[in-house]
Amino acid sequence: MGEKILMKGNEAIGEAAIRAGCRYYFGYPITPQSELTAYMAKKLLKMKNAAFIQAESEIAAINMVYGAAATGVRAMTSSSSPGISLKQEGISYIALAELPCVVVNMMRGGPGLGDIQPSQGDYFQATKGGGHGDYHLIVLAPSSVQELVDLTMDAFDLADKYRNPVMILGDGLLGQMMEAVEFKERPKVDLPDKGDWIITGCKDREPRHIVPFDLDPSVLEKWNYNLGEKYKKIKEKEVRYEAVNTENAELIIVAYGTVARIVKTVISNAKEEGINIGLIRPITLFPFPEKVINKTADNVKKFLVVEMSLGQMVEDVKLSVNGKAEVNFYGRAGGIIPSPEEILKEVKKCL
Amino acid sequence: MKKVFGRPVSLTDVPFTYCPGCHHGIAHRLVAEVLDEFGVRENTIGVCPVGCSVFAYLFFNCDMVCAAHGRAPAIATGIKRSRPDSIVFTYQGDGDLASIGTAEIVHAANRGENITVIFINNAIYGMTGGQMAPTTLAGQITQTSPYGRDPKTMGYPIRVSEMLSTLKGATYISRVALNKPANIIKAKKSIKKAFQVQLDRKGFSLVEILSSCPTNWGLSPVEASKWVEENMIPYYPLGEFRVPEEVA
Ligand SMILES: Cc1ncc(C[n+]2csc(CCOP(=O)(O)OP(=O)(O)O)c2C)c(N)n1
Ligand code: SF4
Ligand SMILES: [Mg+2]
Repeated sequence: MGEKILMKGNEAIGEAAIRAGCRYYFGYPITPQSELTAYMAKKLLKMKNAAFIQAESEIAAINMVYGAAATGVRAMTSSSSPGISLKQEGISYIALAELPCVVVNMMRGGPGLGDIQPSQGDYFQATKGGGHGDYHLIVLAPSSVQELVDLTMDAFDLADKYRNPVMILGDGLLGQMMEAVEFKERPKVDLPDKGDWIITGCKDREPRHIVPFDLDPSVLEKWNYNLGEKYKKIKEKEVRYEAVNTENAELIIVAYGTVARIVKTVISNAKEEGINIGLIRPITLFPFPEKVINKTADNVKKFLVVEMSLGQMVEDVKLSVNGKAEVNFYGRAGGIIPSPEEILKEVKKCL
Repeated sequence: MKKVFGRPVSLTDVPFTYCPGCHHGIAHRLVAEVLDEFGVRENTIGVCPVGCSVFAYLFFNCDMVCAAHGRAPAIATGIKRSRPDSIVFTYQGDGDLASIGTAEIVHAANRGENITVIFINNAIYGMTGGQMAPTTLAGQITQTSPYGRDPKTMGYPIRVSEMLSTLKGATYISRVALNKPANIIKAKKSIKKAFQVQLDRKGFSLVEILSSCPTNWGLSPVEASKWVEENMIPYYPLGEFRVPEEVA
């Protein structure tokens, strides 16, 4: 322990998942996350009581996750934007069936086939449901390889705790870059026993069903309300964010993932020019850290949201700020990463 | 007194909700009898489709998971890979298996997943009110082939068993019918062989069951069984298409 290893982001996710007890991985190759699929193949195909399948499609992969998760094992799939679109049907079923699982999206430029460069264009899809119906994933947004590791491990715990699919929302840059990581000894967390709902064959008990439908709208409405209660609890308990230099800042940038890394450089560059700015980096995108943003808006009257999209998270920031401060937006799209210089230029425009 | 004809333990006592003369009920019963005979009910996990048999979870007295339309073989794969000692079967209609779920069934068969597939070919989409299925016969009138299926623009009816039996991964594939007692007896034997293959860990097994849908065919139950004999069986010949040597 305490030992640091140099690892590529995508492979670090795989190692973290295995260390978190995930033995069932189903995926389909797509750039820029293929190293993760390959890593799971290399490891899981050599393990007992484990399975790796290169599925025929992302649709099949998420449904294999559905089946495995129904039996109580930790299961995962990963992809990048176009493949995540295909998984949405399955994710919606899993959300109503309340099965724990982890889905990784290393976003790339879109829409359509787009390109294979880093992007944040899937924020709406990840945080607002993505598939049909009223549901939410828990969405975690790492911004370093170390955080990919830590959040992947947390993702499995959160999935089990809430019986909810959890998405790791990264991008091609995080997946491809190499950084030193540490696989920390983790405190044991108390998780609910799965014994009362998993599908294992009905020996010594009544048969169980995992049935994500009910044709009686009054029953289905009740299920929806139950999901709503769960999401409320998640919003109360699981919000995570990082706040940097928010005291006495003239302007707060809100950014997540790769962009937040760049913003940290912008903060020190700005300081050299005598401009004092801060950062709020949501680590959970759902639940969104709306309270801290709202509270910060009492003191800071200018916000700038920077994203690698045409403006998606900015809507949540506006809702959080709720008119108390000015919310500006700067975004690059199509797989372009904004530079510190252009972000600083935007900051100056706002001041 | 010995009970000679009772409800199999592998069926619940919930009455079937299928239309009069529908063969889904017979197919359920045969599968349940086989599960009883192998004594595996308590170790069985079934996957029901989207189609008229979406309610199969109410009728099979074992653990059941409901799939999205066509995805049952992928879900069964996930279940079986994580519980290789469980008996896992899917129950799917022809729209489910041969149209929207074509990729999933082909690749589950090709991987030789050790699962059993019960495939109900009734040449129609029953649940949604009688649209054309990939198995709808040439010339057959449905809601979406109101002038009869024209193979030139709508494709020819797919012979799923023949197609899948070209795959090396498939171990047991057969086609049976339920339109008369002699065929029902053969169907039961075939379903039993299919589960035997799984119990012996020999790989993928599928039984295609030619089945009636009197409601959407617009026929009486008796006429529907006759329609199976006269129209379906000539195009969809009964028999075994793939058999492992030992169970042949
Ligand atoms: C993704 C999706 N597309 C369409 C439907 C609507 N739908 C429900 S059942 C069905 C067809 C069922 O036909 P089949 O599989 O042949 O089963 P049967 O009812 O004939 O037994 C369709 C198209 C759906 N539920 N989901
Ligand atoms: S609609 Fe057809 S397939 Fe469905 S229950 Fe009725 S007869 Fe059977
Ligand atoms: Mg049908």
